[in-house]
Amino acid sequence: MAAVFAVGIALFLVARAIFVPKTFGQYGHYRAAALKDIADKPIMFAGHGACESCHSEVYEVKSKGVHAHVACEACHGPLAKHADDPTALQPPKMDVAVLCVRCHEAGVAKPKTFPEVVSAEHSGGVPCNTCHQPHSPRIGDATTASVGKPSGGSK
Amino acid sequence: MTITRRRLLYLLPAAAIAWDALIAGTPEAAPNYNMTDHWWGFLIDVTKCIGCGTCVQACKAENNVPDGYYRTWVERYHVADWNFENPQVDSPEGGIHGFPASGKEGGKNFYVPKMCNHCADSPCTQVCPVGATFVSPDGVVLVDQTYCLGCRYCIQACPYGCRFLNPETKTASKCTMCYHRITKGLTTACCETCPTQTRQLVDLKNPNDPVHKFIETHSVQVLKPQMATRSKAFYYGLDGSVR
Repeated sequence: MAAVFAVGIALFLVARAIFVPKTFGQYGHYRAAALKDIADKPIMFAGHGACESCHSEVYEVKSKGVHAHVACEACHGPLAKHADDPTALQPPKMDVAVLCVRCHEAGVAKPKTFPEVVSAEHSGGVPCNTCHQPHSPRIGDATTASVGKPSGGSK
Repeated sequence: MTITRRRLLYLLPAAAIAWDALIAGTPEAAPNYNMTDHWWGFLIDVTKCIGCGTCVQACKAENNVPDGYYRTWVERYHVADWNFENPQVDSPEGGIHGFPASGKEGGKNFYVPKMCNHCADSPCTQVCPVGATFVSPDGVVLVDQTYCLGCRYCIQACPYGCRFLNPETKTASKCTMCYHRITKGLTTACCETCPTQTRQLVDLKNPNDPVHKFIETHSVQVLKPQMATRSKAFYYGLDGSVR
């Protein structure tokens, strides 16, 4: 009888060793290696720090304007691939007709201090960047009209 | 020595402990990021939200969220009069394309971004039958996609409606607080792209974090405090009508 128990328990321990992941229980009742799996996913948004390291001219203009705290990729979209290799992915051309009104179209629920326009009345179809420089949009604030070329690198 | 029943019963626990030590293996070498140094949360300044939906778009792009599902979303509230028990709330497509004009003038109107609250006493992790969801040592509620059975217990348990069953993987899915970003020194995709700094990542173990300082010195509250989930999504300027 003792032998049957011993074999049964040994089998249980062997099965347990096979089926319970190695890192289970390291931090709690879960597989600790899952943390690494999740942390290893690829990044899509490079972060404004990566943009500013090359595009310092744009940063210079933007940091003095009212869009200083708007991160680059809020408008330009996820560009980690471009940050890794500037030739691999070129940022898509921005459509100001969609982009500006996403934030600035008037709406009752917006904070009262936020600059809002009824775009149809405000510009009547004229693109926003005819008058406003997107990196420093308040009229009269922009120091230069032609920003956008990278200052560093081979180009 | 003969093995009697009594001796066997003494022997087995000792053997089990010895075997457990044998199979445990060596813990993984610690990476550069030290989990025990952080305790992550969010600060959401409702007074700044403009309902642009950039956060929802960014989350989708960063985390490959399927169409029609949201790890974060923005709600628009309209409280017509004194009766804040009955607000009118809408969130067309999670607010991913912003909000059309509501036509509701008067009363109170405001936006509230929502996402996983990364509760320290999270109801969702407590109900998982297989140990596939957990609170990490740095305070992030995560799902182990390889162990999730897709039983949906956690989806029902979350008082904030933050989880969904991913239609592609058939496993529970939720905000990871961009764990792949915060462990590399970046902020989350939603906090990175929020144009008004409504959303900000906060390290509650770092006393020098300016966002931590803000929470320390301002009146903030969490959603559904009566649930005692120890939520770590702190809302500033939240109206009583928000659920």
